[in-house]
Amino acid sequence: MSTTSRKRRLGRAVSIVGAGMSRFGAFADKDSRDLFVEAFQDMLDNLDQGIDVQDIECAYVGNYSSDLFEHQGHTAPIIADWLGLTPMPVTRIENACASSGSALREGIMAIASGLYDIVLVGGMEKMTSLPTEGVTDVLATAADGLYEVPAGLTFPGIFGAIATAHMDRYDTNLDHLLKVAIKNHENGALNPKAQFNVTIQSLMERRMTRAQERGQPVPEYVTEMDFLNDPAANPWIAWPLRLYDCAPITDGAACVLLVASELTHNFTDKPIDIAGTGQASGRPLHDADELTSLSAAKAAASQAYEMAGVTADDIQVAEVHDCFTIAEIIATEDLGFFAPGEGGRAVDEGRTALHGDKPINTSGGLKAKGHPVGASGVGQVAEIFHQLRGEAGERQVNNPNLELGLTHNVGGTGGTCVVNILRRAS
Amino acid sequence: MAEDNRAFTAASFNAYLTQEKKLVGVRCRACGTLSPQPRPMCHACHGRDMEWHEFSGMARLSTFTCISIVPVSMSKKGYGRDNPYCTGIVTLEEGPRLSARIIGVDARNPQDIKTGMELVLDLAEVDPDNPTPAFRPK
Repeated sequence: MSTTSRKRRLGRAVSIVGAGMSRFGAFADKDSRDLFVEAFQDMLDNLDQGIDVQDIECAYVGNYSSDLFEHQGHTAPIIADWLGLTPMPVTRIENACASSGSALREGIMAIASGLYDIVLVGGMEKMTSLPTEGVTDVLATAADGLYEVPAGLTFPGIFGAIATAHMDRYDTNLDHLLKVAIKNHENGALNPKAQFNVTIQSLMERRMTRAQERGQPVPEYVTEMDFLNDPAANPWIAWPLRLYDCAPITDGAACVLLVASELTHNFTDKPIDIAGTGQASGRPLHDADELTSLSAAKAAASQAYEMAGVTADDIQVAEVHDCFTIAEIIATEDLGFFAPGEGGRAVDEGRTALHGDKPINTSGGLKAKGHPVGASGVGQVAEIFHQLRGEAGERQVNNPNLELGLTHNVGGTGGTCVVNILRRAS
Repeated sequence: MAEDNRAFTAASFNAYLTQEKKLVGVRCRACGTLSPQPRPMCHACHGRDMEWHEFSGMARLSTFTCISIVPVSMSKKGYGRDNPYCTGIVTLEEGPRLSARIIGVDARNPQDIKTGMELVLDLAEVDPDNPTPAFRPK
C-alpha cells in the first residue's frame, strides 16, 4: 500500500489547552533550558483552569543543535530536571528547523495511541552563542554534508537558488520578496514577544535619525523600498536574497500542552483541536521534483487536509515557514492557497496581510518574530492557538467566525515538512 | 566501468574527482536510473546491482546563487562580503542534477549569469581537502 494514499486517522482526538512562549531575541545571559522554563511558565500562567504540573505524563522537546550551539547533547533530561518533572519521560526530537513541529506530532501520536492523556510539547534553541559564520556552518549541517555543502551552498544559498529558479520560471521579482519582509515586520510590530517588534518603516526612520545625529549624510529614503534597495542598509547575503529576506538568528523557546480531547473540560472551555496533521520527507534541492516547490510540503499538506476533511480554501489563518521571504511565497503555493507562481503577486496585492483574505504569519513569522530553529514549529502553533481563541491582541485577525488555522514547518531546505490544521472546538 | 570494484561511497566519488579528474556516479543495472551521487541501493527501484558511470561533464545551469555571507571553509579561501562566489545546481546532459561550484562567471554581477547556459566540467582546481564538482561556461 502506498504511503501517501492510505487515509489516516488519529486513534483518538487530541486538543491543545495551553500555549506559552519565551521572548524571542538575543539573550546573552540565558541558556536554552532557561528559555524553555520561561516558555513553560508563560504557558502555566495562561492556562484557563490551571494544572498540577505533576499531572504531565510525558514530554517531547524539539531542538536542532544544542550540541553545536551550546556544546550540550542529551538536552531532554535537563529540561525534565529544570521543570522539576523527573522522572517523567522526555525525548528530544531533531529534524532541523522542523524539530518542534515533529515533536508536536510525536506528542499527538502519544495521546492518540492511548498511552498518555497529558503531554507537554515544546522546542528551544540558543543560537546567538556563535558568531554569524559559525551559525551559518551549523545551519548548513541541515543540508547534505557530502553533496550540497562542499559546493559552497549555505542555508540562505539554497533558498537563494530556489528564488532564482522561481523568478526565472514565474513573474516573481525582488520587490515581491521584500514585500514579504515588510508585511511580516508590520505584524511583528504588533507582537510584544517578537525579536523585531518593529516595522521596517521605523527601522528606516531610525537609520535616518542616527545619521543626522552623527552629522553623517542622511540617506534620502522616501519609502521602505528605497531603504531596502540601499545595499548599505540591506546588504546581499546570497543572491537574490538580502539581509531583510532572511529570518534572524534567535534565542527562544515555545511549548503547548496537549490532552486527550475527552479531558479538555478539566483545563479550559476553549480548547483547540488537532483537526489534521501531516509530515513528509524530501530530497536535496538538486534531486527535488521541482526547483520552485518543496515536495515534502505538498505531501504533508495533502495528508493534513485529508485528515481534517478540509481544503486550502477553508483555512482562515496560517503560520508558514518564512525562514526566507521566498520560502513564504512558495509555502503559500505548496499549501494550495495560491496557484504556482502566484504567491509573489498575492503578497503584492495585500492578500496575505493581517486584514487580507488569507492572513499569513500574523505573529510576524520567523522573519520578524524570530527563528530559534528548534522552537519555531511550536511557536507557530502557539500563534494559531491564540488567534483561534481570539486572544491575539492587536494582531488579532478580524474575523468573528475564525475556526480553522494551519501551521507549516520546514526542516532544512525541505528535507522535512510538518503541516498541522487546528480547529476551534465548537 | 564494470571492472571497477570500489565501494559506492562519497570517498570513491571524491577520489574520482581529485585523482582522476572525472565526475563518476552510479547506474542501476536493473532499471537504468543514474545518480551522480554514488549509493549502494537504487533510490528508484531499490535494486542492489549498481555500476559506476562516468558522466560526460556537459551540463546546463538550472539555478544559482552568489554567496556573500560565506561559511568558514570559503572564508579561508578569501571569499566574503566583497568577494562573493557562485554556486548552484546543474542539469547534466544525461539527465540528473547535482549541486556544484560555478566558476568563470562574475559573482559580483549575478544579473549577468543566465540560467540555461551551457556549462562544462572543470576540475583543474578541485580542492583535495573539500572536493566538489565545478563547472564553467562552455
